[in-house]
Amino acid sequence: MIENNKKLLLGDEAVAQGAIDAGISGVYAYPGTPSTEITEYIQANAPDVRSRWCTNEKTAMEAALGMSYAGKRALVCMKHVGMNVAADAFVNSAITGVNGGLVVLAADDPSMHSSQNEQDSRFYGKFAMIPILEPSSQQEAYDMMLFAFEMSEQLRLPVLMRVVTRLAHSRADVQMAEKVEKYATLPDSDRTNWVLLPANARRQYAMLVEKQEDLAILSKESPFNHTSAVEGRARLGVVACGIAYNYVMEHNPAALGIPVLKVTHYPIPADAIKALAAECDELLVAEDGQPVVEEQVAALLGADYKLRGRLTGDLPRMGELNPDNVGEALGIAVKQGYAKAENVVPRPPALCQGCGHRDVYDALNKVAAEYPDARIFGDIGCYTLGALPPFRAIDSCVDMGASITMAKGAADAGLYPAIAVIGDSTFTHSGMTGLLDAVNDNSNITVIISDNLTTAMTGGQDSAGTNKFEAICVGLGVDPAHVRVVVPLPKNMEEITSIIREEIEYNGVSVIIPRRECIQTLNRKLRQKRAQK
Amino acid sequence: MKKDIILAGVGGQGILTIATIIGEAAAAAGVNLKQAEVHGMSQRGGDVQSTLRLSTEAIYSDLIREGAADLIISMEPMEALRYIPYLKEEGWIVTSSQPFKNIPNYPDEEQLMAELAKMPHTVVLPIEDVARQNNMPKSANVVLLGMAARYIEILSAEQLRESIKRVFAAKGEAIVEMNLCAFDLGWNAVNEQ
Repeated sequence: MIENNKKLLLGDEAVAQGAIDAGISGVYAYPGTPSTEITEYIQANAPDVRSRWCTNEKTAMEAALGMSYAGKRALVCMKHVGMNVAADAFVNSAITGVNGGLVVLAADDPSMHSSQNEQDSRFYGKFAMIPILEPSSQQEAYDMMLFAFEMSEQLRLPVLMRVVTRLAHSRADVQMAEKVEKYATLPDSDRTNWVLLPANARRQYAMLVEKQEDLAILSKESPFNHTSAVEGRARLGVVACGIAYNYVMEHNPAALGIPVLKVTHYPIPADAIKALAAECDELLVAEDGQPVVEEQVAALLGADYKLRGRLTGDLPRMGELNPDNVGEALGIAVKQGYAKAENVVPRPPALCQGCGHRDVYDALNKVAAEYPDARIFGDIGCYTLGALPPFRAIDSCVDMGASITMAKGAADAGLYPAIAVIGDSTFTHSGMTGLLDAVNDNSNITVIISDNLTTAMTGGQDSAGTNKFEAICVGLGVDPAHVRVVVPLPKNMEEITSIIREEIEYNGVSVIIPRRECIQTLNRKLRQKRAQK
Repeated sequence: MKKDIILAGVGGQGILTIATIIGEAAAAAGVNLKQAEVHGMSQRGGDVQSTLRLSTEAIYSDLIREGAADLIISMEPMEALRYIPYLKEEGWIVTSSQPFKNIPNYPDEEQLMAELAKMPHTVVLPIEDVARQNNMPKSANVVLLGMAARYIEILSAEQLRESIKRVFAAKGEAIVEMNLCAFDLGWNAVNEQ
């Protein structure tokens, strides 16, 4: 280890630096809060690592699997809901197994700071029957990366690493280790591993089932799981998972006579949990996200054992943990600070002044007012903020791409006019296939692709379809006469509203592309230009 | 020694730069640090905060407990009040007195300032006016840091000034000088009162 080679890093950056130092050859990702900074850091700091943004999480997962097949180490990064998109490839990568090490990084968002749900990615790891690592600190995030790649190659399985927003977006000092040589082995030559015809898949799945014992031994012996014992019998013991370990340790449990089992490597260390339970009257399971471990521990210890956690109401059923709610579960009263101030109101986020999406919603609201039955199906991105005042323009926002397909289904049911609003990056992520469905079924929908030439919500990453949207829509079969491009500016309001009106009146699929660069990326470019002068 | 600090403001006001300067100073001084930030949707004009924990001992939680913060540093007066449940009884509030009104229901300004004045340990300054009058409109956040410096304690004003030099070095000598000047404006406003 290099003495004093420390860096102040975000959790995401610690993951990235760990992956660089573990000798990865590629990172594959689609931007999504709170995972975006991992790939950005690798792009900025490791020019020899392949790192172009992918179209969506599924293409990312598959490309990484291909790199692994060819014998190199690969990292895939996504936010938790991206796991749903990548799930087909993810689950089946456990059946094929890997050749070069493969680590899948899922960044969960308990409390939904920037997300539409708080699903817990550890369920996916368990579902795919692979090891999961859940760092509790930035240092552990760094240290676990090399460990994860080595374990992946040892087991010939992908490894899931799960972080949460508070770790991803929190900085601390991280001690660097020596960088290892870029890993390379020969491409896998055994076709039967990789051609998942039923006969092969059954054999591969049997091997995966057989490996579960090895997974359990690795977690039992893991340097990342350990128990801090106390003398004699304890009233309460804690199973502290991932970042929840910090909230427990904040209260100095040793001084309270509370032993703590730290769990950051899964499958759960069943023997250690049973041993802890035998020494304590009760166990508390502290975990950020959903009660994944609590359910398993309940099954392990039986109904007679007094178990506490999110399911019993000792910790909140939803939302992220913090030192206060964990302290309460440990029997420590919340410190009484000042009462809430009276003159404070919420300050929700809003579309930037000068943003093109604002002009799109102004135009849409004007036209929609002429059609009392109009419904506007929204999508995921900055423009979701069109749901809030002053626009209150959208009727739905569910998942990446759902604007187009929900509009199609609603139009099929007779709803008119059915209008979809989707961003440029979201359209290439998951909107194109839905548009093909609508074209093939000649559904009566009007699709607005609000193109700001970037992936704006996550900070301005390249957008996969830039300069290709008209060609994509025409290629998918939209009548070229009904692919219309406008510039969303207040001075063009009359033109934009009349085009929207015309396309609503057209019976079939039409696409309107309001195109103007994101005000944030534009300002950034202007600043850079000024700085160069 | 241990200091728990909440940085508050509105997305785009530059609180992460303050956090970077303090973080860099802590790293250079060998003081342990954890700093949680808000990225993502809230950065679009919503309320944002960053929690900074500085300690000579090991730090576990990235978040600060209620009633435990030593200091609130805020770019905006209503945002300072938002976090008072996290403030220790003897904790300090260092804030701009100038509201950032991007919502239609912003509270009555007089009542807001009266509530702030009722807090026992408060330092306020119209930092944006100060910065503008001194031809450094983009350095209001560093003026605020200068105001807060004496309450950070675990790091000296000199350590923070050195950190400003390193953080802005890439932007050139003129920008470094401007920000040092901004820091001193804030420092002097508090320490010469």
